Amino acid sequence: MFDFLEGYDVLGAFWTTVQLTLLSAVGSLVLGTLLAAMRVSPVPLMRGFGAAYVNIVRNIPLTVIIVFTSLGLSNIFGVALGAADDFDTKFFRLAVLGLSAYTATFVCEALRSGINTVPVGQAEAARALGLSFTQVLTLIVLPQAFRTVIGPLTNVLIALTKNTTVAAAIGVAEAALLMKEMIENEAQLLLIATIFALGFVVLTLPTGLLLGWLGKRLAVKR
Amino acid sequence: MTEVSVAKESVAATDDLVVLKDVNKHFGALHVLQDIDLTIARGEVVVVIGPSGSGKSTLCRTINRLETIDSGSITIDGKPLPAEGKGLARLRADVGMVFQSFNLFAHKTVLENVVLGQVKVRKADKAKAEEKARALLDRVGVGTQADKYPAQLSGGQQQRVAIARALAMDPKVMLFDEPTSALDPEMINEVLEVMQQLARDGMTMIVVTHEMGFARSAANRVVFMADGRIVEEATPDQFFSNPRSDRAKDFLSKILHH
Ligand SMILES: Nc1ncnc2c1ncn2[C@@H]1O[C@H](COP(=O)(O)OP(=O)(O)O)[C@@H](O)[C@H]1O
Ligand SMILES: [Mg+2]
Repeated sequence: MFDFLEGYDVLGAFWTTVQLTLLSAVGSLVLGTLLAAMRVSPVPLMRGFGAAYVNIVRNIPLTVIIVFTSLGLSNIFGVALGAADDFDTKFFRLAVLGLSAYTATFVCEALRSGINTVPVGQAEAARALGLSFTQVLTLIVLPQAFRTVIGPLTNVLIALTKNTTVAAAIGVAEAALLMKEMIENEAQLLLIATIFALGFVVLTLPTGLLLGWLGKRLAVKR
Repeated sequence: MTEVSVAKESVAATDDLVVLKDVNKHFGALHVLQDIDLTIARGEVVVVIGPSGSGKSTLCRTINRLETIDSGSITIDGKPLPAEGKGLARLRADVGMVFQSFNLFAHKTVLENVVLGQVKVRKADKAKAEEKARALLDRVGVGTQADKYPAQLSGGQQQRVAIARALAMDPKVMLFDEPTSALDPEMINEVLEVMQQLARDGMTMIVVTHEMGFARSAANRVVFMADGRIVEEATPDQFFSNPRSDRAKDFLSKILHH
């Protein structure tokens, strides 16, 4: 029954999906945190930049962003991210860049709502001790904000996992691209679709459960 | 004047530590601080008293610049308040602040709360900071709670930790904004006792409170505020037994009758 799987590297394709997800998760977490810091900073220029970035990038379809990073950045501006000769690596890295840039806006907004749940007295007490703005943010406010938004961030991570399929648009050999190829070559539409759907559930379900448990454990008691 | 305050005056040096000159501040149309002139000498304990909304908290908060002022000047130990940046942070480290709602860092243990400022602001060695933190926690009577989180402590314990956290910075002056107002009655004394001891040890203190017992036993001076102005300044005994202004008489009759 599963003969048609022969000759296809399904596991390899899902491994690429996992790599895309993990690298973009780290990238968007870093960029999203920076954006959130900008949006609450006392400097108007930073706040303006943060707000503009989020409101523009969040509202562009991901496919457009991914195509822009590959065609725009790579073909027109010659950005190769250190892999000019290796097409696969280059487009993989560009996809990570595009996914990170896009997902960062959602990380930023989740974090910002978390920052709003931290009582102002926490930051005031920290300032009164003589901590700088950056110290107040990184030592007091963000650690508490992160703990309250593990739930929303889990949703962002699950959405990101599924969004990696968009990288197929620029030929990154992840799960969705292989699925398309298999559906075209084999007469097993339903079975193939089911296998790939299950594959994604296997990736996202444990993530959700694990982070849900972590969120409860780390909750800040007041 | 009580014995304690007489004893304190002999401790106090004569120089001025906190000087506010002609300070004005608005919140929009509200003129919340009006022509405030106030000088606090080193080692002095000043109690600020007055009706709700009269600007007591705002006054406290301008002294470490949690609130900016519109005009006038504030100097601490001869130096004007820096507007921002490193200078301001350094100044704030020298001015301890204790809030009505404690504001202990909720995600850190009691010990970490008292260690944090020493390590991150004063750049103290971690082990030394912990040693000092434990000594301070013992001094305010919560040494056994060091490894708990703030939410696991009673209000009175939390406020004593907050005092230890401020003391850990070796501040030149301590500001208390209604430190016992959020506490259940049975916990008020344990906090006041710590503050009284601090006053006896010679700490310069500005205390917003309606606790007359504390004012009488520990304060050198009472400052009465109403509608953003300092209406009256007197020794605790003079103020409580013989207030001069009508506003103060009216206010005292209200707080004495419950
Ligand atoms: N951040 C703020 N913005 C606007 N108005 C404020 C702010 N903080 C305090 N006020 C107002 O300023 C007045 C004085 O407040 P406050 O200093 O807290 O008085 P007190 O501590 O004596 O009760 C009040 O009318 C209060 O509503
Ligand atoms: Mg107040």
